[in-house]
Amino acid sequence: MLAYIARRLLFMIPILFLISIVSFIALQLPPGDYLTDYAAQLSSMGEAPDLEAIDALRERYGLGEPVYVQYAKWVYGIVTRGDWGQSMEWQKPVSQLIWDRLGLTIALAIFSLLISWLIAIPVGVYTATHQYSRLDYLMSSFSFLGVGVPPFLWALIIMYLAQSLFGVNAGGLFSEKYLTAPWSVDKVIDMLKHIWIPALIIALVHTASELRTTRANLLDELNKPYVELARAKGLTERRLIWKYPVRVALNPFFSTVGWSLAQRISDITLMSVVLSLETTGPMQLRALVSQDMYLAGSILFLLSVLVVLGTLVSDIMLAWADPRIRLEG
Amino acid sequence: MAIVGQAEEPPRDISVEEEELRRAGEQVYVAPPWKLMWWRFRKHRMALVCTAVLIVFYFVAIFCEFVAPYDPDQALLQFKQVPPTAIHIRDAEGNFHFPFVYLHKRSMDRETLAITVVEDTSTRYPIEFFVHGYPYKLLGFWATDIHLYGLPAGKDQQGIFLLGTDRLGRDMFSRICYGARLSLSMGMISVFLSLALGVVLGGVSGYFGGKADVLIQRVIEFIRTIPTIPLYMTLAAALPVNWPVEWTYFGMTIILAVVGWTYLARVVRGRFLAMREEDFVLAARLNGSSEMRIILRHMLPSFLSYIIAALTLNIPNMILSETGLSFIGLGLRAPAISWGVLLQEATNVSSLMLSPWVLTPGFAVVISVLAFNFLGDGLRDAADPYAR
Repeated sequence: MLAYIARRLLFMIPILFLISIVSFIALQLPPGDYLTDYAAQLSSMGEAPDLEAIDALRERYGLGEPVYVQYAKWVYGIVTRGDWGQSMEWQKPVSQLIWDRLGLTIALAIFSLLISWLIAIPVGVYTATHQYSRLDYLMSSFSFLGVGVPPFLWALIIMYLAQSLFGVNAGGLFSEKYLTAPWSVDKVIDMLKHIWIPALIIALVHTASELRTTRANLLDELNKPYVELARAKGLTERRLIWKYPVRVALNPFFSTVGWSLAQRISDITLMSVVLSLETTGPMQLRALVSQDMYLAGSILFLLSVLVVLGTLVSDIMLAWADPRIRLEG
Repeated sequence: MAIVGQAEEPPRDISVEEEELRRAGEQVYVAPPWKLMWWRFRKHRMALVCTAVLIVFYFVAIFCEFVAPYDPDQALLQFKQVPPTAIHIRDAEGNFHFPFVYLHKRSMDRETLAITVVEDTSTRYPIEFFVHGYPYKLLGFWATDIHLYGLPAGKDQQGIFLLGTDRLGRDMFSRICYGARLSLSMGMISVFLSLALGVVLGGVSGYFGGKADVLIQRVIEFIRTIPTIPLYMTLAAALPVNWPVEWTYFGMTIILAVVGWTYLARVVRGRFLAMREEDFVLAARLNGSSEMRIILRHMLPSFLSYIIAALTLNIPNMILSETGLSFIGLGLRAPAISWGVLLQEATNVSSLMLSPWVLTPGFAVVISVLAFNFLGDGLRDAADPYAR
């Protein structure tokens, strides 16, 4: 098992390396850079840009150098000092800006994942064992809402309903009081009061497809001879279903945790922009628009790292749950 | 069920069933594959309905100037944020007429200063079809001014807004029709671009296997590791803001395709892998067919239907991505009209509260996405007519 995990960890290194290159190069694509825009902005406001100061900044951010030198410096800073570069727009190190936001993105993703599982597994098992029952039909019609309505649209609809019915603003993850406060127990409680709406929106969209997967997989398993055998031997129906076929049916479920995480992060990004949640979404959007490249690049890189880690966790979970995979390696 | 007339004309469902039984008995063995597929597809009622819906949508997209009653950019200043026009068939006295509308009248409460829009029931305006409106060129070359519907009234008396108007007094329905053109065509074009990439790379991967396969599979896994929307955002932000609409449009289709081809490549690869081992492929090879001939003549016809199904199921992703990106301001930008651009209006809370009908482009998105999903499901079921 340890060897298996070690091999997986080693495998991650080249992938992380590639992701960092892609994130960095993608940010070099737009013509011009932050400082050129900044200077243009100053002159459009009628102020003469202080060329010397701008050159000094250019030097500091390493903007004048070839791309590969900039890239090498960036990676070197991350690996040796945990320095993710400077955010030009915020005038702060990137590392001071992103961790809170990244944490909230992760919290939302995991929260929504848990909600999906809590609904998808029991309901999926029920609809598979009670095929063509009323709940089965209800759930398949419900899943169309998940398939057809994207999260950002849900966010708009919910924002409208919250405002028009209850007069509350559904946006944001914190009350005003805690917005700038340092982390404390109260702040976490305050966050939990707000986070369930966006988490539910994301969960809603994904539960539908996960429900269908569980149902389809379990239906396949239920027709196999070993189920028949167990039944003939007199196992209670509940024990029989939960102990064997469900375990097998959930396998593909766990193996797609990484993939599902990637999709959730995508959806969270868009939804956060609508609801102005304090996640990486709005920050990335702003950084991209103003060409604040170290900030935008670090966010893209770290989000991908999250997915890689998710895949690793799902691999380990699979190996733990399924001896066939563990032994094959 | 009515019994009268049954002798000559039995109820439809029974005749269909009988016909099918007869076919099952004899024709199944001689029918060509496309016929079997059609029979199977036909059973999927929802897919049939959705095909009709999509045909209507694409008709609107192609002939949006004709369907839209107003110029989508024309701001009718006296009609700002007018709610959807109700279509009546009964007037105030209770008499029935051909469908007609009343004009909207704005009145301000002297005390609260709140503006309310009420219908002016003094004059009826019957809806007319094929009326003269603003001039345009049908399909880009045929100059005309005929529109599907409208009011036969002068310019200042216009006022049929099926889905209301926005903050500047532009007709939402007309704007959605124009938005359909960009949003739906972009979904189509980018899916075909990603098909081209997917077929080449997936085909190489599945047909030749070996090192090429490993490499391409790694690339696919890698692309799927990066969360799609953040990646799309990064790439879309690279399109210069001052580009003309057409350039941004093609830039966006290329971005969507470059990231989105992996799904189709997987489907193509899976089909190639499954088919490589088939007896008829081996037979063709032993007969001395060239690789190209094996692929085009023997393999392609038997997996084309799968590709079409996968293609259809992939279009909604493209439409949703485009809408999402334009919606947050990174894809198409005004003055371009796409559903995502239209939805931007809804991010303005006061606008959303005063005129919730700015959300209607969202419903156009939902309907087209669902329709493509059902159609794709139906096609997937029909794709292998020999499966039981």
